[in-house]
Amino acid sequence: MLELLAQTGLNAVYAASYISLIAVGLVLIFGVMGVINFAHGELYMAGAYTVVLMYTDFQVPFFLAVAMGLIFVGCLGLAMERALFRPLRDNPLGGLVASIGFLMILQAVAAMGFGVRMEHIAPVTQAVIEFSERVRLPVARLYVIIAAVVLLSALWIFLKKTRFGWALRAAAQDPEAAALQGISIKQTARIAMFIGAGLAGIAGALTAPLVSVNPHMGHSVIITAFIVIIVGGVGSLEGAVVASVAYAIIHTFMTTFYDGVIADIVGLSLMLLVLIVKPTGLFGSADRA
Amino acid sequence: MRRLVIILLAACALLALPHGLSFSQQEILVFLTINILLVSSYRLLTLTGEWSLAHVVIMGVGAYASALYSKELGVWVPVSILLGGATAALLAVLLSFPLFRMKGFYFLIGSFAAGEIIRLLWKRFRDPFGGPKGIKGIEPMPDFSIGIYDFDFFEPVSYYYLSALVVAVCLWVLWRIERSPVGLTFHAVHWQDKLAEASGVNLRAYRTLAFAIASGFAGIGGGLMAHYVGTINPNSFDVDLMVYVLTWAIVGGTGTFYGPILGCVVLTVLNEIVLRELGFEQMRPLIYGLIMILSILFLPKGLESIVQHLTTRGRGKGVEEQRAAE
Repeated sequence: MLELLAQTGLNAVYAASYISLIAVGLVLIFGVMGVINFAHGELYMAGAYTVVLMYTDFQVPFFLAVAMGLIFVGCLGLAMERALFRPLRDNPLGGLVASIGFLMILQAVAAMGFGVRMEHIAPVTQAVIEFSERVRLPVARLYVIIAAVVLLSALWIFLKKTRFGWALRAAAQDPEAAALQGISIKQTARIAMFIGAGLAGIAGALTAPLVSVNPHMGHSVIITAFIVIIVGGVGSLEGAVVASVAYAIIHTFMTTFYDGVIADIVGLSLMLLVLIVKPTGLFGSADRA
Repeated sequence: MRRLVIILLAACALLALPHGLSFSQQEILVFLTINILLVSSYRLLTLTGEWSLAHVVIMGVGAYASALYSKELGVWVPVSILLGGATAALLAVLLSFPLFRMKGFYFLIGSFAAGEIIRLLWKRFRDPFGGPKGIKGIEPMPDFSIGIYDFDFFEPVSYYYLSALVVAVCLWVLWRIERSPVGLTFHAVHWQDKLAEASGVNLRAYRTLAFAIASGFAGIGGGLMAHYVGTINPNSFDVDLMVYVLTWAIVGGTGTFYGPILGCVVLTVLNEIVLRELGFEQMRPLIYGLIMILSILFLPKGLESIVQHLTTRGRGKGVEEQRAAE
């Protein structure tokens, strides 16, 4: 029993890692752009397909392929900012619809390029850390956990300690006042989109060998990310991380001890409960909606 | 008089329409008719300023309810469709208690969560909802004859006539509601909520009313669909269809009654018929996505703004200026 608990705990840590990478990106985009990026799950998918293409087809080393995923998806984010979100700045519903359109395009491109079948990638490493006979952590999952810790810490330092980070937070809080202080709103929007999309891309790239890659894989991911950002408080990065951990623990334990559908229902009910009791979320204060 | 002629001509055109189409196009026509009801009922909710992501699931509630009433309780199909609509409206009233504590973006996400929970409950509970495989072998509409025409409801043409009639009646009711004092209050709830509240309007009650009416008609649409297709499952009402409804409403424009209908018809014809005929089978979602993006970028007020432009040009500049002043 103790071993089962420990193993489920490890699974939860892994789930928390990739969920928080995705959710933090989504929150960052929402905070700075004021738009809900429905295509975020598809950015995650694009990251996974970059690895499929580079690592499996072109035999590029895995970590180089992951870095390519980060940069490629970050550039997709830049393209979205320029083509969709900048012209639709004053039209939040329009931004949402445009991101849905972009989502359909990405899905169609993936389906045309790779087919709708599941892609299974040759495992990067078979190594497994064994804590005991029944408690084991595949090293591929460890990569995801390390990446999440390193990247999110780096992002935190970037946002809190550097001038760029200050500018970004200022632009998120009050775009007009920030612009009056000489902060380029376009510049901060580009940075936020690159980082936000890139985080989703790297999450997809690192988990590609661990999940079945298919054009619709973004679907469940975006729902999870929505739950997490609502529970954590829309616009709060710390909240998104805390909520990711809480959600991952609850969802993983529910899946292990009951079943996956019940776990999903519980997750959604939690989100509904938070919306009813404290609509700004556990950590949210500013109300941008 | 002129109006009557127009209505009669339109009715004749709608009666003749399916005979010029292929079998698969006739089937699409049936779905299009039902979708028009779906998107028009959705517009009634958007009048109060709330955008729901649960509308398609609520339509599914009507479909499941109607299928179960007719299958398990042996209710006569036309009655069970109406009861399905009533069930959907009732559920909307229940959902309004948690959901209307939220507004705007939070309502959007909250309604999405509520809808997704309902869908997962269908998936999880095999009895009575049939689990992931859903309900099969739903009672078809009983055939009947009106002398000059025999209704055989396995034929799409017959079902099209039936659903067109039902949808036309529903649209007329929706239109009357919008033009009634209640409908004007919905507008007030959206644009002047503080003022309306100060004038003694119970905002929450009117939001709930709009939600219930919209859901009831969506439920009727769901019932119509269930008894035509004969099988429903949780994935028939997933977020993909909701995205389509949202697109129809936004691409068409929600400022007028005909806007969402226009969006629904134009996009469906474009997607199902033009792109299919041209042989773009695989690229359809891509082109559809492009159309969505381009229309939101270059036509933010929807297709209805083109119609308005065309109809007001003849009347001189005064109307234009008046509209600009608004």
